[in-house]
Amino acid sequence: MAIKAISLRAAGTNCNYETEFALKSSGFAVESVHINELIRGDKKLSEYRLLALPGGFSAGDYLGSGKVYANKLLFKLKDQVPEFIKSGNLAIGLCNGFQVMVKAGILPGFLGNYKEQLTTLTLNEPLGFQCRWVRIKAQKSNCIFTKGIDEMDVPIAHGEGRFIVKDQSVLQRLYENSQVVFKYVQNPTGTTDSIAGICDSSGRVLGMMPHPERNLFAINSPQSDSLKPGAKGEGIKIFENAFSYLKK
Amino acid sequence: MDEIKISNLQDQELLLLSKKMLLSLDLNEMKTIKTYYKKLAREPTRIEIETLAQTWSEHCKHKTFNAQINYAENGENKKINSLFKTYIKAATEKSKKTWLVSVFSDNAGIIKFNSKYNIAMKAETHNHPSALDPYGGANTGVGGVIRDILGAGLGAKPFANTDVFCFAPHDMQKEKVPRGVLHPKRIFKGVRSGVADYGNRIGIPTVNGAIIFDEGYVANPLVYCGTVGLIPKGMEKKKAKPGDKIVVLGARTGRDGIHGATFSSIDLNESASSSAVQIGNPIEERKMMDALIKARDQKLYSAITDCGAGGFSSAIGEMGCQIGARVDLEKAPLKYKGLSAWEIWVSESQERMVLSVPEKNLQKLSEICEIEGTQMAVIGEFTNTKKLELFYNNELLGEIKMEFLHQGLPQKQMNAKWNTKAQKEIRNLPPTNYGQILKQLLAMPNIASKESTVRKYDHEVGGGTVGKPFVGEQNDCPADAAIVRPLLDDWAGAVISNGINPLYSKLDPYHMATLSIDEAIRNALCVGAHFESIVLLDNFCWANPEREETLGELVRACMGCYDASVAFKTPFISGKDSLYNEYNSENSKIAIPGTLLISALGIITDSKKKVSMPFKHAANPIYILGNTYCELGASHFGKLIGSTAGSIPKVRFKDAVKTFSKLSALLKKQNPNSKIIKACHDCSEGGIAVAISEMAFSNTLGAQIDLRKMRVGERTSREDFILFSESPSRFIVEVDISQKKKFEDAMKGVVFSQIGTVTKNGKLQITGLAGTKIIDEQISTLKAAWKKTLGW
Repeated sequence: MAIKAISLRAAGTNCNYETEFALKSSGFAVESVHINELIRGDKKLSEYRLLALPGGFSAGDYLGSGKVYANKLLFKLKDQVPEFIKSGNLAIGLCNGFQVMVKAGILPGFLGNYKEQLTTLTLNEPLGFQCRWVRIKAQKSNCIFTKGIDEMDVPIAHGEGRFIVKDQSVLQRLYENSQVVFKYVQNPTGTTDSIAGICDSSGRVLGMMPHPERNLFAINSPQSDSLKPGAKGEGIKIFENAFSYLKK
Repeated sequence: MDEIKISNLQDQELLLLSKKMLLSLDLNEMKTIKTYYKKLAREPTRIEIETLAQTWSEHCKHKTFNAQINYAENGENKKINSLFKTYIKAATEKSKKTWLVSVFSDNAGIIKFNSKYNIAMKAETHNHPSALDPYGGANTGVGGVIRDILGAGLGAKPFANTDVFCFAPHDMQKEKVPRGVLHPKRIFKGVRSGVADYGNRIGIPTVNGAIIFDEGYVANPLVYCGTVGLIPKGMEKKKAKPGDKIVVLGARTGRDGIHGATFSSIDLNESASSSAVQIGNPIEERKMMDALIKARDQKLYSAITDCGAGGFSSAIGEMGCQIGARVDLEKAPLKYKGLSAWEIWVSESQERMVLSVPEKNLQKLSEICEIEGTQMAVIGEFTNTKKLELFYNNELLGEIKMEFLHQGLPQKQMNAKWNTKAQKEIRNLPPTNYGQILKQLLAMPNIASKESTVRKYDHEVGGGTVGKPFVGEQNDCPADAAIVRPLLDDWAGAVISNGINPLYSKLDPYHMATLSIDEAIRNALCVGAHFESIVLLDNFCWANPEREETLGELVRACMGCYDASVAFKTPFISGKDSLYNEYNSENSKIAIPGTLLISALGIITDSKKKVSMPFKHAANPIYILGNTYCELGASHFGKLIGSTAGSIPKVRFKDAVKTFSKLSALLKKQNPNSKIIKACHDCSEGGIAVAISEMAFSNTLGAQIDLRKMRVGERTSREDFILFSESPSRFIVEVDISQKKKFEDAMKGVVFSQIGTVTKNGKLQITGLAGTKIIDEQISTLKAAWKKTLGW
């Protein structure tokens, strides 16, 4: 039976095409769904095994990145996302999707609590949006998305990617539970401890600022001159890992 | 009805009325309107006059490009019946290219891409608004050209943006900036934020552009925005049918952008009102776009046009021109109360599209809009009356025959004059410290790194940008052109590049045009676009064409466009002009230099074969393709040493076509796993020394070059001329050392020579004509100079 993934859009989501392409190439049957369709009840989250929150500028990010979309999840879908995760499914938030996840409290998701905001993603230091390819290093974690990944080249493209925690105990817990998934090799945004991505305690929910869905082909990398031109990009592995996990 | 009494007005009074109402119509046009209404035995209504002014504006009707021109070149007279038909359209017709799908007839030009899809491209300007409100003007410039693509055929989906700016120097002294004008640095910052905020939010990668500096842009900055989109085959045609509902989809209508079309058809002055500038909202446009693409794929509408200049009046007037339309203006959703009917009609509020929708599809369309969170409203119906009928609460406010609206405009009669200027070669003594000169050249704002601007644009969204604005190991080396794969399951890519060099206009706009076309094409070729696939877009920005010298320069530029387009067999598919780019202050006039942006769009069928600019391996040979001539006119070297002398570079078409064809054929043929050509870069601003430096910027490699190996088109002992000449049609190429012979065989018939090798010492070393080193510089020092100027 096909394993279904939902790419959940809101007004201003704009990385859905490449995210959906990555999921499709990894084996998923993907549906692109607007959050209004879930709110209206036209579609049901429970029909899917993976929830992807693609990047973009949901609602323009004028009230803080991802804030409006996060509130839609919290107040319109209520317990649907936490229930979805608790029933053993996967969720991935990329860039704006990660911002939505932390603001809705889906991450860090300590001990199955997917509704408490303990961290945030705020204005870069130095200030301002930047688009650049960076190198990130996978940390030792129980994240199911990063099996077999060590380092990879990925682009970042955001103005609010500086990860900060409510207090030091949150950071400590993140490390104790091995929930820090990716760190930048060179910190581009002033983010705490160079953190680029984290997962929940179960390892089934991943949020990250860089865009692995923009590195699906070797020729996308600025270093592509030294890579085999027809090869896959390093980013696809994240999506393939998700598919293998659910297929088992 | 709100009448405007014109039947008894004398000529002077007609002109005064045109000025007072900001109609931007000339006497002949006002008289045509007067005669028309005399025949109808009534006065026009306010809304009718406004409709005619919008539809007949320079912005919408391109009156200058369609004018009858009496042209005197060096005293010899010639009649030109429409610059557009004679030089632009004629060149395209002559090319007889079979992959042109739709040219000059729609919002954008459309060409074939693969077996299922076509590609649409359009470039626009948003100059006047950006002068008043740099952020808002640039913001809505991006939004506007995106809608052009959404409204091309039955709607193309945008996948890449470009932007090109012309500003006065960022470090211009405050005293030199005229009263009522913003400082160039402030304009620059506002414009780049405007472009970034719109493009990034809506999620279209900004992949290519240029920034040009010249004092002439102090009061009239230029902001060009381009968009490329993908459209399924068979969707290139559209036709509204009588009985179809007129639907406005997207944002609400407000008072922003009233008279934008007419205001941009005249000179700017201190009193220009910023209410003529629209207000942008990229998320509204994203929602609208998502809804439209869904509706397009379900075939819910029969025609679509964007609301741009002139708002509803242009969009609906255009869609119904063959049939007729009835509009009920009170039905348009408004941002706030208090707009008069004519304001609703001509408002240029952003993020709106007009669709013609068969009644049976309204429900489905409304469903889509609800899900996507955007709005639609039925505001009328297409008819078969051949008339435009405007109502407000069932009261008839205006009624114009479509024929008069669209064909009633009298052809403009204009005069143009051109006298060739004598050009002499630079007579300054050659400089003694070439290393220093090179550093200064690299630091000149037109050449310096634009990284601080480009970083602010998302150039990666969509996941298809395989030819990037930044390349090389340190990811900060410039690129000649962008390659974007709009479909991730097809290796084919769209190559996007540009050519622009207004400095040459000061010598001869004819050569400026041929040089810009040559530059746009060679940029596209450098990354691997197939020569035979390249098409062009022309965007003219000029000063007031009613001055015969200014119009003469425009004529020269158009002639250059024709000759180059025909010689290279690269047809124009779309274009635009923005005239009257000048500023009247107390007692002076500031006009921009004649500026032509050429955008090139080409195809690379297998993007794995792409080539980038940085040097790849030490010991590989470096070649130059093409002859170098002593033509330093309007060069950056000339500017640097303060010389205005020098003859303008010339495109030698026969040689250029040979070079372009052979290079392109080899790039197309080469195996992506073992490329013969490892790196390729064209020579442009600053000549070969700058080009080779840029190729070495990416990493720790360097280059050793011998000027004695250069192929020169004429005898010279001037090293500075060889180093800094900006002769066109030239490339610097790094070739895989083991495939030298293959390269040389493939280039037979082309003027080329090996001028050096890639080294690993991180230095640029150039040996002069006497056999001694004339440049010996650390690449890191050169790069630092190049990065510093605009690094804020």
